[in-house]
Order: sequence, then C-alpha cells, then structure tokens
Amino acid sequence: MAWFRKEKQKLTAADKRELPSDVFEKCPECGEILYRNRLEQNLWVCPACAHHHRIGAEAYVSLLMDEDGFTETDAELRSGDPLKFRDLKPYPERLKSAERKAGRGDAVITGYGPLDGIDVNLAVMDFSFIGGSMGSVVGEKISRAARRALLQEEGLIVVSASGGARMMEGILSLMQMAKTSVALAQLQEARLPYISILTNPTTGGVTASYAMLGDVNLAEPGALIGFAGPRVIEQTIKQELPEGFQRSEFLLEHGMVDAIVDRRAMKSRVAGYLRHMLGLPRSEVAETA
Amino acid sequence: MMASSPLDFDKNIRELEAQIERLQGLARDGGLDADSEVGTLESKLKDLKKNAYGSLTPIERVQLARHPNRPFTRDYLERTFTDFMEMHGDRLYRNDESILGGWARLEGRTVMVIGHQRGRDMKENLHRNFGMPHPEGYRKALRLMHQADKFGHPIITLIDTPGAYPGLGAEERGQAEAIARNLREMAALRVPTISVVIGEGGSGGALALGVTDRIIMLENAVYSVITPEGCAAILWKTADAKDKAAEALKLTAPDLKALGVVDDVVPEPTGGAHGDWDGVADALRETLARHVRELEAMDRDDRRRARWRKYEALGEWREPAPA
Repeated sequence: MAWFRKEKQKLTAADKRELPSDVFEKCPECGEILYRNRLEQNLWVCPACAHHHRIGAEAYVSLLMDEDGFTETDAELRSGDPLKFRDLKPYPERLKSAERKAGRGDAVITGYGPLDGIDVNLAVMDFSFIGGSMGSVVGEKISRAARRALLQEEGLIVVSASGGARMMEGILSLMQMAKTSVALAQLQEARLPYISILTNPTTGGVTASYAMLGDVNLAEPGALIGFAGPRVIEQTIKQELPEGFQRSEFLLEHGMVDAIVDRRAMKSRVAGYLRHMLGLPRSEVAETA
Repeated sequence: MMASSPLDFDKNIRELEAQIERLQGLARDGGLDADSEVGTLESKLKDLKKNAYGSLTPIERVQLARHPNRPFTRDYLERTFTDFMEMHGDRLYRNDESILGGWARLEGRTVMVIGHQRGRDMKENLHRNFGMPHPEGYRKALRLMHQADKFGHPIITLIDTPGAYPGLGAEERGQAEAIARNLREMAALRVPTISVVIGEGGSGGALALGVTDRIIMLENAVYSVITPEGCAAILWKTADAKDKAAEALKLTAPDLKALGVVDDVVPEPTGGAHGDWDGVADALRETLARHVRELEAMDRDDRRRARWRKYEALGEWREPAPA
C-alpha cells in the first residue's frame, strides 16, 4: 500500500539545464525562474527584481507606438560591400547569416506614426544584428528618419543598442557618425525635438554620435553606456573598473543622461517630454511621472 | 634622424645610409677620395628608397603615419602657418595638452588652427598623453571653432591621434558626449572648414575634429574606424593578422580618395614626411591656400549645404527601385 512512496526521481544536472527555453527564462540578475509568456507581457522586465532583459526591436516599436499606428520605412535597404571586406568570412556572408538570424536586413527599424497621439519618427536599433553595429544602412536609415522629421516638422526618437561602428565597412562606417550628426544639426536648427533612448548596451560610435545628442537622453536602468568598452579601458589603465562604472546610474550621476526610466513607463515619459517641448496639453492617458 | 626607427621595411635603407656615412668619414679622416664609391652607393640608396616607398603596403603606411620623426601639429604651425597665438582651456574643467589650438595666418590670412599634438619621446608623450584627448580637449577645440565662426574666419584642423583616450576620467566627463557634440556643431558651422590627416586618423577621436567642407590627407597618413591591431584581434582573433586587417580596412590616402571620403592628397617627398619637414609643410600650405580660396568664393549657405550633401552621400547601400 505504499503507493505514495513513489521512488524519488533525482533531477540530474542535465535535466536542470534543459529547462525548455521557449517556456522558461532565468533572470540573470536575481536567478528567478520566469515564465517566458509572463516576462513578455511585462515587456521583458523581471517581475521579481525589475532587471531589464534584452527586448526585440519590434517589441520596442510596439511598446512606444500607438496600436497599429506604425508605418515602417526603408525595410528593403541592404548594405553593399564597399571595401570587398574579407576577414575569416567575407562580409556579404556575415550579412546574409545575420539576416537569417535576425529576420531583418540590418541593425535598425525605422518608421513613423503616432505616439500617444503625437506624430513622431522612430528608429529602433537591433542588437541581434551584428551587435547592433552601425554601417551604411543604419546611418542612412537614421538620416532618412531625421530628414522626414525635418520635412514633416515632427519629432525624432531613436532607441539605441549597439557595440559601435561596423568595422567591415571601414571608414564609411566611421563616416556614418558624421552623417547622422549632420542630420541632427539640421533638426537642431529647425527646433524640432529629438529624444534619445539608451538601452543595454550602447557603446562606441553610436554613443559618440546620435545617442548622446538628444534634447532629452533617457536610459533604461542598468544599461552599459560608454564610449570605450570596459575591456579596452581595463587594458589601458591596467586596473579593475569600479562597480557600476558606465552603467545608466553612473551616467545620471555624471550628468550625461536626463533620467533613468523603467521600460514599462517609457512611453508615457517620452510622451510627457514631447508634450512639454511641443507645447501640447497634457495627455488624458499619459502620466508625467 | 633618430637612431631607432619603428619601420621594418626601411632597414636596408638605414644600413646603406650608415655605410655611406662611414665611408665619407673614413675618406675625410684619411684624406682619400671616395667620391665615386659614395656616388655609387648614393644612387643605389636612391633606387632602394624609390622601391621601398614606391610600393608601400598598408601596414607600412601605418608605421610611417606613426613615425616619431614625422612632423606634428606644432611643426606645421611653425612652417605652414605664421603668427600662431595659442589659446588654452575648455572653460569648463581644464586644459588638455593633447590638442593645440589658436589663431594663425595662412599666407597672411587669419585662420583658426586646431590639431592633435603627439610627443616625440616618452617625456613629451606623457605630457601630450600620446595625442589621445580627454573630453576637455574636444571641448576646447569646439570653443575655438565657435570663436572662429563668430569672427568669420576659416578653420583648419590637423588630425594626428591613435584615438580618444579610453580611461576612467574620460568616461566620467563624457568622452562620447564631447565627440558627438563636436560632430553636430561642426556640421552647423558657417565658415569654411578643412581637416587634414597628417599622421594617424584614429576613429571617433579623429573624426571629432573632422566634420569639414574638405578632408585632406598627407600621402602616407592613414584614417580608420579601428586600428589594424584592434581589428585583427577582433575579427581574426589574433593581433598577428594586423597586415591583413590593414589591407582589408582600406585606410590609406589613395584608398580613401577612391572611396570618395577624401577630397585631396598632399604628396610626400620620397622617403616620407619625416625626411623633409619643410618640403611637406610647403606643399600643405599650397594645398590649404587653394582650398580656402575655393571655399571662400562660395556663398555661405551653399557651402554649408554642400558639406551636408557630402556626408549624406557617404556609405554604400542597395534598395529596390521605387515602384
């Protein structure tokens, strides 16, 4: 009658590791095992510790824009191979495999539509495409988004996530920093609002161009944001970096970002800043936190 | 000429130069006539130089661009320009010694000159931080550019840096913000602007002085998004592949001219700029004067629009023809 004394099945190490990754996600910050669905509903913010997990570029578009209001632009733009660059692999092969993996042609989505009823132009970078690196396509699409903002007399919002310039495009990738800044100079003179949202990680040439140039710079909590990568700095100064160095909180303390904003409040904060800058009345739905 | 040289490829040249010197010394001391031997060796030396410098590989150009005896910003200020009056400080934090700037004259015309300053030996390099600016260097540069804009004088920048300094203080004080702001503000300037890569143009730290109407390079200067060493370490997983990386990055003046990034290349004397400072400084003066004249002849708004169009066109992308 010992039906209840069922022999305990020991979990082996292998079983533990093979949590079905399409169902569960482990929070790297607090170790909590989370339902993927639940995490997704929570905009990939850990419900236990508020750690901001990486979120897809499309998901960022939908969290900012009003429902069904977003029109994507220039999705067909593809990079050339201006240097005929070949390291261990030819660059066009890297591009193809990145496209298969990321499901898009380069490291940024651009488009326009209403955000809390305000017409804006939006660019969201995709870190999963060659580390969100900026080459000709990223530079061109962000410039076009800025130019459209200029023509339509609307605001521009860029969500950055990038390791920096794409070295397989050599000097032309460096020149995208200049190109995007030229576009922002024109927005500046036209007195149109530009909001930069910095997510984890934003480093190198993207930080040193449009990501730092917002009228308002907003950072997600705990994001790595810097010019040089932490490893490069450690190698240069030959000492360990202090805890929290180059994180959003460090940038806020040093005056480089205006605020740290939880992803779940990002839309209402962006709308709030835009409404102030554009002289619009306060929103019925948006809170200004 | 310093005894030591960072170049691998001119070893034979240096040996032959030493041999000629020895022979001349012997002849002098012994009262002998060695003219014909010296003559033979000197013509051999000329051929050797022509061969070595006529077919420089990209990594050899990188070595030349970093040569400690190449003329630096201050050397051009003393030769290409006159009446230099240095100005210091960003009015915010401190003076950065890795960037020099101030008023000067180019063929008598007042211009603002701003450039990275490297050091020739360890002591100088510590003082100049190896030509790697902190944010305050870029902010000083911007202050001087705005001053030139205010008084309507052309701006000439001389680029010569391994890159912006990657350090704790630099990050704390906003290295990225300082560079980014310079890019945007340089785009907006209303006076003629010219940048010249005189040695190494290292990534964002170089570009922060480089958003200009005209981009000029000296023949053996290099300009790149990343050092060949850094690129090799990341993409080839070994710094030994720096030759290949230098080749792949297309960082030489002729390559960048072909890519449409660089507008003009100033030829260097055979043997490189370090062999003839006055020669290369004169050549630079002529080139700069020509570009200043061309730019000053343009309408102010047209000139700035042309600058914008130049940068808008940079890059290579494909898209389907609009339906």
